[in-house]
Amino acid sequence: MDKEALLTAVQEKLKAQFGEGIISSELLYDYPVFTIKSDLICDVVRFLYNDDELAFQYLTTLAGIHYPDNKGQELGIMYQLHNLPKNLRIRIKIAVSINHPVVPTITPVFSAANWMERQEFDFFGIIFNGHPNLKRILNMDEMTYHPMRKEYPLEDGTREDKDDKMFGR
Amino acid sequence: MSIIEKSKIDIVTAPQGIEGPGFFATRIDKVVGMARANSLWPLPFATSCCGIEFMATMASTYDLGRFGSERLSFSPRQADLLMVMGTIAKKMGPVLRQVYEQMAEPKWVLSMGACASSGGIFDTYSVLQGIDRIIPVDVYVPGCPPRPEQVLDGIMQIQKLVENESIRRRDTPEYKEMLAKYGME
Repeated sequence: MDKEALLTAVQEKLKAQFGEGIISSELLYDYPVFTIKSDLICDVVRFLYNDDELAFQYLTTLAGIHYPDNKGQELGIMYQLHNLPKNLRIRIKIAVSINHPVVPTITPVFSAANWMERQEFDFFGIIFNGHPNLKRILNMDEMTYHPMRKEYPLEDGTREDKDDKMFGR
Repeated sequence: MSIIEKSKIDIVTAPQGIEGPGFFATRIDKVVGMARANSLWPLPFATSCCGIEFMATMASTYDLGRFGSERLSFSPRQADLLMVMGTIAKKMGPVLRQVYEQMAEPKWVLSMGACASSGGIFDTYSVLQGIDRIIPVDVYVPGCPPRPEQVLDGIMQIQKLVENESIRRRDTPEYKEMLAKYGME
């Protein structure tokens, strides 16, 4: 199945099942990408998992996104799904407002999403509704912010010996 | 002493003292210092690439064993010298501090490489900007990573410190004050 055919096949099935919940579907960099409403993510992933033909039963990865200029949809998550028998891959994107970054968890479908969602909570502060153990995973527990959000600087804030002018901060 | 032929192997020279037939008298702290300095048991706390360079330091070409430190101690309880080699993430900080606190007196710390000494190139929110923020450090070895020769030089600096330290360093007010600065006893 080539990429165009895969895009059409998934698009048709999703449209038939979720209708207006599918915001857009396109071929980006030779990769079928579907943008959907954020509260539908768990249902969509479960549907794609259980569908006999599509059978996206492997979660390659999921990653947080932050676009500060995208007002009302600053934060997002990207999911990469894989059909192992047929070697098909698709990408699903959702976006939420930074003021209320709550999305449903997909841990009921993929147990592997447990740590991945904890990582995105750690770095972006995205709250996964229904996650069994939503706490920081990589950063120290005492950290008070979500460091991958673009409003926070990369550099360590406690250094006093570095001049911003000289070190390009 | 003069009857026995001198060995060709260079060994540590005895401290100054009074010598006579069948006896040798010197100060106890000099003897203890000499013994300590030439049998340091390092604890390698190697977290990244400096640890690889340390392996070269231990191996036959450079051979830290020549300085009496071939016996690495992987338990802090028996270690004399904590060698911190590599980037210490902030999350690792409490672990490092606990390892230091578990070491028995007398103890020394060598910070190897730019990352352990200052954070190095990792000027970032997740990396500790120098281990001296959480534990006291005796010798810093700069470099990214330092050559084994530099590590050996650092060890020799530690040996000098050890030789000249009083036997009960932990009782001195300076030492107590220094530990108090780090919130330790």
